[in-house]
Amino acid sequence: MRHLLPALLLLLAALPATAAAPADGSRVPLPAIDAGPGEQCVEPVEFMRRNHMELILHQRDETVHRSIRTKRYSLRNCINCHAVDAGGQPVSLDDPEHFCVSCHRYAAVKPDCFQCHSGEPEPGVPGVVGAGAWSRGLAANASRGVKP
Amino acid sequence: MSEQPIDRYRRRLLGGAVAAGTLTLAPGLFLHRLAEAKPDADPVTSIIRWGLLVDTNRCASNCTACVDACRDEHGWTGHDRPRSDAQWIRKVELRDPATGREVSLPMMCQHCAKPPCVDVCPTGASFKRADGIVLVDKHICIGCRYCMLACPYKARSFIHEELSHQKPYSPRGKGTVEGCTLCVHRIDVGQEPACVEACTADGRGALLFGDLNDPKSAIYQALAEHPSTQVRADLNLDLGVRYRGL
Amino acid sequence: MKRTRYLEIGTSSGYLLLLAVLGVLVAGGAGAAWFMEHQGHHVTGMDNQVAWGMPHVFAVFLIVAASGALNVASIGSVFAKVEYKPLARLSGLLAIALLAGGLAILVLDLGRPDRLIVAMTNYNFKSIFAWNIFLYNGFFLIVAIYLWTLMDPSVAKYGKRIGLLAIGWRLVLTTGTGSIFGFLVARQAYDAAILAPYFIVLSLAFGMAAFILVMLVAFNGSGRTLGGALLGRLRNLLGVFIAIALLVVTTYYLTNLYAAEHQATVRMILLDGGSVTTTFWIGQVLLGSLIPLGLIYHPLFRDSRPALASASVLVVLGGLATMYVIIIGGQSVPLVLFPGMEVSSSFFDGSFNPYAPSLPEMALGLGGGALALLLVALGVRVLPFLPDALPDTAAD
Ligand code: HEC
Ligand code: HEC
Ligand code: HEC
Repeated sequence: MRHLLPALLLLLAALPATAAAPADGSRVPLPAIDAGPGEQCVEPVEFMRRNHMELILHQRDETVHRSIRTKRYSLRNCINCHAVDAGGQPVSLDDPEHFCVSCHRYAAVKPDCFQCHSGEPEPGVPGVVGAGAWSRGLAANASRGVKP
Repeated sequence: MSEQPIDRYRRRLLGGAVAAGTLTLAPGLFLHRLAEAKPDADPVTSIIRWGLLVDTNRCASNCTACVDACRDEHGWTGHDRPRSDAQWIRKVELRDPATGREVSLPMMCQHCAKPPCVDVCPTGASFKRADGIVLVDKHICIGCRYCMLACPYKARSFIHEELSHQKPYSPRGKGTVEGCTLCVHRIDVGQEPACVEACTADGRGALLFGDLNDPKSAIYQALAEHPSTQVRADLNLDLGVRYRGL
Repeated sequence: MKRTRYLEIGTSSGYLLLLAVLGVLVAGGAGAAWFMEHQGHHVTGMDNQVAWGMPHVFAVFLIVAASGALNVASIGSVFAKVEYKPLARLSGLLAIALLAGGLAILVLDLGRPDRLIVAMTNYNFKSIFAWNIFLYNGFFLIVAIYLWTLMDPSVAKYGKRIGLLAIGWRLVLTTGTGSIFGFLVARQAYDAAILAPYFIVLSLAFGMAAFILVMLVAFNGSGRTLGGALLGRLRNLLGVFIAIALLVVTTYYLTNLYAAEHQATVRMILLDGGSVTTTFWIGQVLLGSLIPLGLIYHPLFRDSRPALASASVLVVLGGLATMYVIIIGGQSVPLVLFPGMEVSSSFFDGSFNPYAPSLPEMALGLGGGALALLLVALGVRVLPFLPDALPDTAAD
């Protein structure tokens, strides 16, 4: 509950900022959210912004207790897509521009996940969008090379 | 690598699950219930009970292949503080003072069917998966260490310092208790545990992994054929790890 | 019988000094806990062989003593011994405070104290530890209600019933605490049915000693009269409790000697256990039992309050020693996985596990004790827990 206020504030701040042209960064001090080179997120961005924690926390219990290892909402999958910069280079947790960390810092929330979980992508493993979407992920990965 | 026993073992080992990494094997060899790795979206079931048979006759006292492999796999490299550093698996050297006979064996979580750590854990963080693997859900472990006092095998370690750069598939962190996971992250995708793979490749093939419930599995047949021991059998914990030649 | 009047104590300079000292100790404990959490437990003497250390020694002592601190209230209200009745409030307050101090230590020693909420929301009902969480919360509640019946005449009529409940509850609570160890069948040192009754006997002695000390300080410090007759009774009770505890310890080790598989364990603790052995003979037996018995029963010290106070201090110290022997000793003894074999490994299989407490652990333990006393000191200041005088005549 104590995270609710920052979340709301963040939403208020983020909505106009994303609606407006990206160049207009002077007014709202948004964190450097570079989502990484994947083409789309596992769910619509609006939904993710608000509900990404539910997805991962649910996945967490499913994986640990029932051994369900679907990729889509797996934390490793998020990282494999999001902790990569536009040039395909891994972004470390210490980097203030790490996708998850930067936004959490901005929203003043401190999930403990990265005390244990690696925040860096697994080399050669692409992030994927849907169940069985490895091929799409691979394609996205391949396209990284040609992306500016 | 081309040693016969190894190949034989590999073939037998895969009684339970097909290793994605061992595509060299002919598909026809897999006649078992789990003819392929569990689909990602399916939960584990208690039809399977994973187990390990350690043949101490094949375990050399100077060999630490299993320990090294586990350490590499899970990254428990330690801080040069032997008493507080984690050890998920260790080599134990035994000597019978009466006869002088020496035995060497790996000791790790025995994946009890009736695990004392699970009974004592206040939050339910210590739990047994449907397929018999005893795990710590580190998300709800509060670090009380009661399981470490309850475990008869010293199989659990507490993380005494902050960590960084953990393996992506083996998250570990300060203030929680951990132990051998039987490499669930590998088993779930159809590979065998890292220690078993290493023992087969670099050791003398002393570790046999498979489904204790499957009469067709190599481990089931090996247990039926030869006498084996459960360590501290007096506690009646029904262990998933069995020893031969003790 | 004269009606007892209860009165908050005043703010003397001595009282302020006491608060300051206790406050510093509590702050030290909090600092130590913060340090341990941020550094990780490698800054403690605890490790993967001795996973429970000094914090647990202090915490279990305080929890066990909490139950015993209720002795006086129990005797007074339930066994209808009116002479104890005026002290029932202090007895209840001390019980709550000791339990709070002990639990604070336990919680702050967790690897993840930030996840306390998890411990409150995820229960494993098979775990004796989880039951204890219930027992502790229940104890707080029941003793608090009991205190209420003592202080509010409008609910006084329920006092006896709730007092009875409190007695039952504290026995279960101490049994539960003892069972934390008694359930560890894997460990040779704990594999004994006698552990739970042992804890009950210990609680009687520890709690009585703590109560006598607090009472003496409270009455003396606030300049109130305290009759010798009642003190004489408490002194006798303390003596009896110490003697019974000593008897049970002897039985514990003797019965263990009969079980062949436990002989090595007993030998380790009584003879070759290094600091554990020293703590047992010097701390638990000599300082914690024999000398206090002398101070209590030798005619030379009849009616001597300093002697009674010293005996109580020694029983408290001896209590910590007892917990050290049970908790540390039980883990120092190597687990026997392969009977009859010589065993060695990189993980210290087969060898005695040494333990040396570090400063932060000690500070955390002391801080918990100080927290308990601080709660009592504040309690008697803000609410009428203490009789304004307790001369011998009041007790008849
Ligand atoms: C296949 C790559 C991919 C994967 C896997 C992926 N994402 Fe995304 N995510 C994206 C992209 C691309 C965007 C930006 C989309 C846009 O701006 O249109 C995004 C956006 C987001 C946003 C919104 C950021 C903002 O701009 O406010 C959040 C939050 C988010 N992702 C969280 C997650 C989480 C949590 C996971 C794991 C469950 C995950 N993502 C998995 C590619 C991915
Ligand atoms: C758009 C900003 C934003 C981005 C990007 C973002 N988060 Fe979050 N996250 C939040 C906010 C805000 C909360 C707090 C919401 C609340 O508690 O109600 C949160 C909460 C969480 C929580 C729940 C914490 C808890 O203990 O309840 C998890 C887990 C989480 N985020 C994971 C991630 C991961 C993993 C990523 C990167 C893939 C990520 N987040 C990226 C804004 C973001
Ligand atoms: C104390 C260490 C620790 C912390 C802290 C931790 N995890 Fe985990 N997590 C683990 C372990 C261990 C696993 C099991 C890995 C396996 O079996 O593959 C795991 C698995 C997971 C999984 C399933 C595997 C995957 O990559 O999808 C998810 C999802 C997950 N954790 C989410 C979280 C989230 C969200 C947080 C923060 C709120 C978090 N974890 C904090 C240790 C931790």
